Amino acid sequence: MNFDLTEEQRLWQKTVHDFVAKEVQPKAHEVDVTGEFNWEAVRKMGPLGLLGLSIPEEYGGAGVDAVSAAIAIEELGWGCGSTALAIAAHNGLGTSPIVHFGSEELKSTWLPRVASGKHKLAALALTEPGAGSDLQGGVTTKAVKDGNEWVINGAKMWCTNASIAEYIITLVRTDPRGGSRSLSMILVPTDTPGLVIGPAEKKMGLHGSPTHAVTYENVRVPLGNLIGEEGKGLQQTLATLAGGRIGIGALSVGLAQAAFEHAVNYARERKAFGKPIAEQQAIQWMLADAATEIEAARTMIYKAAWLKEQGRPYNKEASMAKMFATEMAERVCRNAIQIHGGYGYSSEYPVERIYRDARLMTIGEGTSEIQRLVIARHILAEE
Amino acid sequence: MKIIACIKQVPDSEAKVRAEGGQVTWGDAPLVINPFDEYAVEGALQQKEAHGGTVTALCIGPESAKEALKHALAMGADEAVLVSDPALNEIDSLGAARVLAAAIQKIGGADMVVFGRQTLDNGSGLTTAQTARVLGWPLLGLAGQIKVQDGSVTIERVVEEGRVTVSAKMPVVLSVVQSIGEPRYPSFMGIRKASKANIPVWSLTDLGMSAPAPVVKRIELMNPPVNETKIEMITGETPEEIAKVLVDKIIAEKVL
Repeated sequence: MNFDLTEEQRLWQKTVHDFVAKEVQPKAHEVDVTGEFNWEAVRKMGPLGLLGLSIPEEYGGAGVDAVSAAIAIEELGWGCGSTALAIAAHNGLGTSPIVHFGSEELKSTWLPRVASGKHKLAALALTEPGAGSDLQGGVTTKAVKDGNEWVINGAKMWCTNASIAEYIITLVRTDPRGGSRSLSMILVPTDTPGLVIGPAEKKMGLHGSPTHAVTYENVRVPLGNLIGEEGKGLQQTLATLAGGRIGIGALSVGLAQAAFEHAVNYARERKAFGKPIAEQQAIQWMLADAATEIEAARTMIYKAAWLKEQGRPYNKEASMAKMFATEMAERVCRNAIQIHGGYGYSSEYPVERIYRDARLMTIGEGTSEIQRLVIARHILAEE
Repeated sequence: MKIIACIKQVPDSEAKVRAEGGQVTWGDAPLVINPFDEYAVEGALQQKEAHGGTVTALCIGPESAKEALKHALAMGADEAVLVSDPALNEIDSLGAARVLAAAIQKIGGADMVVFGRQTLDNGSGLTTAQTARVLGWPLLGLAGQIKVQDGSVTIERVVEEGRVTVSAKMPVVLSVVQSIGEPRYPSFMGIRKASKANIPVWSLTDLGMSAPAPVVKRIELMNPPVNETKIEMITGETPEEIAKVLVDKIIAEKVL
């Protein structure tokens, strides 16, 4: 057994950390206040490989291993939740369905474009006004064949990156009879007539990561834009989400790490009753719990990523890691604010922002409740 | 074109450097590539991109200095060489120049040797000129722009008063300043290459030389005097009264 990162992973971690410390973290406050996406940093991410984590080198990506991908998202999360979420969704949701299931034509047309950082990013639209966790029964956006085109009609909700994407991979119903083989994934370029991206949703946090409602009115795309097999959309989505969960878990570890570092620094500087509050046991316990939980979550994330890299089953471990890491991040951020006292509640201090950003993580890409369902099903199937 | 970028590993700029028992310590602060030398690597890579050829990163230091060389490889350097020998622990800048010159010859010479403007630790900024002198090559210092044409190198030297354009025939030794351009970030492909690189380590024996005796000796090492500060709260009945006390103090302390 070996808990050390490989030489390649270690150098990667250092490089991404240095990049985030210089290009991403200093803008995090401004991004939160203005809601403006940090394009400047994203432009520089292309050459580094951050926009093509799972994209093979031949399509202009970096093709990093799953642990390195998790490391990258964790470091981005440490710097800025909004930017990290956009990049995690771009890689984990927007590009990986094409990498794993897409045709050669889709790969060579779209992957080099979105990996470069010179153009826009990638998005995936699953959730609908009436369908979240229950995709199989709930998705009503439909696609029908007409000649050599798909015609798509319907509406999606909570689509991360829609307004900053080259294309939106859309989960649609292609068989009106329903069932687990009635959904398909279709790539829709964002400049296609009939596709309307709504204004950015107003959210509690993650203000610099745009989320949109998207409507499809007689949107026509070539039949070749089908990703993978017709009728396999649900299975492809579940496979994509399993990988995405590692990303959201890693992002949460990064958020928690940042809040923790702010809390440690503050506890050392702030004096009460004649000594730094770091010398008070009540504070020390919160810090000790935070450090322990971050360590546990990070180890779970790396383990799930490692299993994925080995080509072994990892769905249960990914769900466990995502659930624990995201709920852990909420606790750590909550206590980081507690340690800051009144200042922690002020938006002048970063822990307030990080707390709001962390709140989404137990909801997006599978709620904690769905994770528990997935874990329970695995346990009961194993018994 | 054959280009050599000379780099050094130094304590991180945020390290708390102290003198203790005649030695310099920086606690457990990380060691990094000298920030000025990242510009040297950037300048070297720009020339490679413009004219083809190879970039070799060269460093004197302990085994740990391979980290700095890996950074240069990850940025895009083709090869790296470490000169490491316990006998080199106490060399001065001229000694370093002699060792670098010998290593440059062993590499097979170069058309261009690029340095950063100075190091973050010793900061003498002398090694570049001394290396040029030992090699017997022209020195083009403080380059903000480099142009190569017909076997000559022309640089725009950045000085406080303005810019000076100077030129020399290759081979040349150069030092570069920040206006050469922001050092690029390593790419994942570069990191992949760097993590697998087998960096050769040359001893003084490999270079066919013994440790150059220092011409400058360090006699004493001391910390800067502690700056003692004190805080005094000024109180008074009215703002005017407080202001008057403050003004008197400012004048008494000769701040104004």
